[in-house]
Amino acid sequence: MKSLAELEAIRKATLSKINLRTEEKGETTRIVIGMATCGIAAGARPVMLSFVDEVQKRQLNHVTVSQTGCVGMCRLEPMVDVYVPGQEKVTYVHVKPEMVPRIVAEHVVNGRPVQEYTIGAAEDK
Amino acid sequence: MDIYRAHVLVCGGTGCSSSGSAMLIDRFNEKIAENGLDREVKVIRTGCFGLCEAGPVVIVYPDGTFYSRVKVENVDEIVTEHLLKGRKVEHLVYTDHATHEQNANKALEDINFYKHQHRIALRNCGVIDPENIDEYLAMDGYRALEKALTKMTREEVIDEILKSGLRGRGGGGFPTGLKWKFTYNSQADQKYVACNADEGDPGAFMDRSILEGDPHAIIEAMAIAGYAIGASEGYIYVRAEYPIAVKRLNIAIAQAREYGLLGKNIFETGFDFDLFVRLGAGAFVCGEETALMHSIEGGRGEPTTRPPFPAVKGLFGKPTMLNNVETYANVAQIILHGAEWYASMGTEKSKGTKVFALGGKINNTGLVEVPMGTTLRTIIYEVGGGCPNGKKFKAVQTGGPSGGCLPESLLDTPVDYDNLIQAGSMMGSGGMIVMDEDNCMVDIARFYLDFIVDESCGKCTPCRVGTKRMLEILNRIVKGQGKEGDIEKLEELAQTIKSTALCGLGQTAPNPVLSTLHFFRDEYEAHIREKRCPAHHCQALLQYFITDKCRGCTACARVCPAGAITGEVKKQHKIDPEKCLKCGACMEKCRFGAIIKT
Repeated sequence: MKSLAELEAIRKATLSKINLRTEEKGETTRIVIGMATCGIAAGARPVMLSFVDEVQKRQLNHVTVSQTGCVGMCRLEPMVDVYVPGQEKVTYVHVKPEMVPRIVAEHVVNGRPVQEYTIGAAEDK
Repeated sequence: MDIYRAHVLVCGGTGCSSSGSAMLIDRFNEKIAENGLDREVKVIRTGCFGLCEAGPVVIVYPDGTFYSRVKVENVDEIVTEHLLKGRKVEHLVYTDHATHEQNANKALEDINFYKHQHRIALRNCGVIDPENIDEYLAMDGYRALEKALTKMTREEVIDEILKSGLRGRGGGGFPTGLKWKFTYNSQADQKYVACNADEGDPGAFMDRSILEGDPHAIIEAMAIAGYAIGASEGYIYVRAEYPIAVKRLNIAIAQAREYGLLGKNIFETGFDFDLFVRLGAGAFVCGEETALMHSIEGGRGEPTTRPPFPAVKGLFGKPTMLNNVETYANVAQIILHGAEWYASMGTEKSKGTKVFALGGKINNTGLVEVPMGTTLRTIIYEVGGGCPNGKKFKAVQTGGPSGGCLPESLLDTPVDYDNLIQAGSMMGSGGMIVMDEDNCMVDIARFYLDFIVDESCGKCTPCRVGTKRMLEILNRIVKGQGKEGDIEKLEELAQTIKSTALCGLGQTAPNPVLSTLHFFRDEYEAHIREKRCPAHHCQALLQYFITDKCRGCTACARVCPAGAITGEVKKQHKIDPEKCLKCGACMEKCRFGAIIKT
C-alpha cells in the first residue's frame, strides 16, 4: 500500500518521463541536437545521451530532448540549440559530453547561457 | 522507466489491433534495438486515438508526427529515417480527407479530426500506457479520489455531481447526481455500485475504447461513487467480446489493489472498497439495467418491471447504483475541476461533452468527443470528413436500435439529449451511423428490426411476437411483395409495442421503423406501390439492362452464373429478366458501362 506522499512522488517521477507527450508546447524548454550525418559523425549521439541522462538525473519535468537535421554549418557540429521559453534561442557548437552538465546546470536550470560554448564565442575566435 | 528522448506511441485499441498493431510494436522494438536506439526511444502501446479509419496509427513524440495506415514493412523506414536521422517519412504522414493536407508540420490538435473535439472522457486515450498505473497517476490520476476521501463529505461529492449537470451516458440521460442521491438515501447494511460496460448497439464502441485506453479512470470513479453512496463493493459488467478491455481492466484493478487504491482503509480514511469484473455473454438485453443485474447474480439475463428501482432494490436485493462507462469517465474530472467547470460546457440541459462512434458511409470512421450542442453537420462534415467517394449524404442513424434516422434537413440540430428526442431519434449510447444515397431506408429499418428480433429475450409478448410480425412485413416489402395497408399495419404494431413492452429495449424497438417512416415514407411507398427501390439497393427489386453502348464483346455473357445473357458477337446483348439472379457480376465486368440497373 502506498501513502499519499509516495503516490505524489510517483506522479512527479512519471510526469518527467511522459511529459514530452503532454506538456504545453509554450512552457517547455527544448534541447535540440543536430543529428544529421554530419552531426552523428562528429559525435552527436553521446552528446544527446548525456543530455538525456542529465535531464533524468535532475528530474527536469519541463525539458524535452529531441533531434533535428543539418542546419548547414557542418564544420561546427555537434551543434545543440536550447530554447528556453521567453528567451532567445542559444546555439552551442562543438559540444562534447563533458560540456553537457554545465549547459544543463547554468542554462536550462538557471537561465544563464554558457557564453564560452556558444556559436558567438566560436565565431569570434 | 527511464527518460527517453522520443516516444513512439502505437495504438493498441481493438480497431488498430485487428489491423496488425501488435506486429508493429514487435518490429519497432526489434529495429530500434538493431540501430542502437533502445536507450533513446521508447515504444508504448496506448489506447485508441479515435481515428480508427486511418489505423494502425503511430504517433512519434516530442514532435507529434501522426503516421497512419502503417504497415510492418514501413517500420524500418520510420526507424532509420525519423528516429535515427530525424527526417519525417512524409509519405506515411496522415492526410486529411477533406483538405488533402498533410499534418507534417501541424500539431495533432490542429488536424480537422481533432480540432473540434474536446476530450474529457477520452482525455487519456492514446496518451498514456493503459497498463501502467504510474502514467495514469502522472495525469492527475487518483487525485480526485484523494480529494473526495480526504477533503469532501459524502454529501458534498453527490452535490458536486448533481450541480455539474452530468446525465447518464448510456442513453437514457437520467441526471447522474439524482441517481447517486437516491441510492445514498436508501437504507441498507450493504450497497453496491455497478458499471454497465455491456455495450451492445451495433456500431458503438465508446465504452470499449475508454476501458482499453484508460481503465483506471473507471476504477477511480467507481471508488468515488462507492464512497458517496456508502458502498464497499463494485461490479463491472463487461462483455466477453471485449477481450482487450477485460485484460486491461484486470491488470488495472490488480495494480490499484497493489497501490492500496482499492481494498481496505484507502488513504487511511477508513473507507473500504473493492471491485470485481463480471463477463457478459453478449446478449443485447443485458445492457438493460435489471437484466444486467440478474446476469451478475448468475441468473437469466431477463428484465423485470420497475419499480422497485435498483436504487432501492438492485444487485442481490440491495440498493445499487448503476452507471455507464462513459458516465464514470467524467466523474473524476468533475470532482477535480468542479461542477462549474463541467457545467460551463454544453447546452442548457445537457452539460459537458459526448463521445460518438462514427461509422457507416463516412471518411473518418472512429471515435470523437465533442461538447454537447455541436451540430450534426459539424460532427459529420468537419470532424467526420463527410461521405466518401463524393456520394450524397442521406441520413444519420443515432441511438442504435432504440434510436432513429435523421435526414439532411435536420443536420443543423445541436446534438443534446432533448433535441435528438424532439427530432425523432435519441442520444442512445452514442453510435452514429452515416448513410449515403446508396442506402435504402426500408432496408436499414429492416436491419435494426432483424437485430431486435434476434436479441429479444422473449419474456414479454409485444417484443417477442410484435417485432417478429413487423420484421415479416418489412421482409415482404423489400422483396417487392408489399401490399397496400402494410405501412398502416407497421405503425399500429409499432405504437402497441411502444406502449406495452416490458423494458426499455422493447419500448424503443420500433423507433427505427417509425423514424424512417416519418422522414422517408416515400421510399416505403415506392417499394410497395411501384415495386422499386429508389436507392437501387434491394436486390429483389433491381432490374439490369444492357444499353446500346454494348459492343458485343461477350464478356458479360461469359461471367453470368445463370446463363441469363444472350447475344451474338459484336451485337448488342440482352438479359433475360426471368433467369437473372441480380448478382451484378455483368455490370462489374462490362468495360463499356453498357449495363445499368434500375
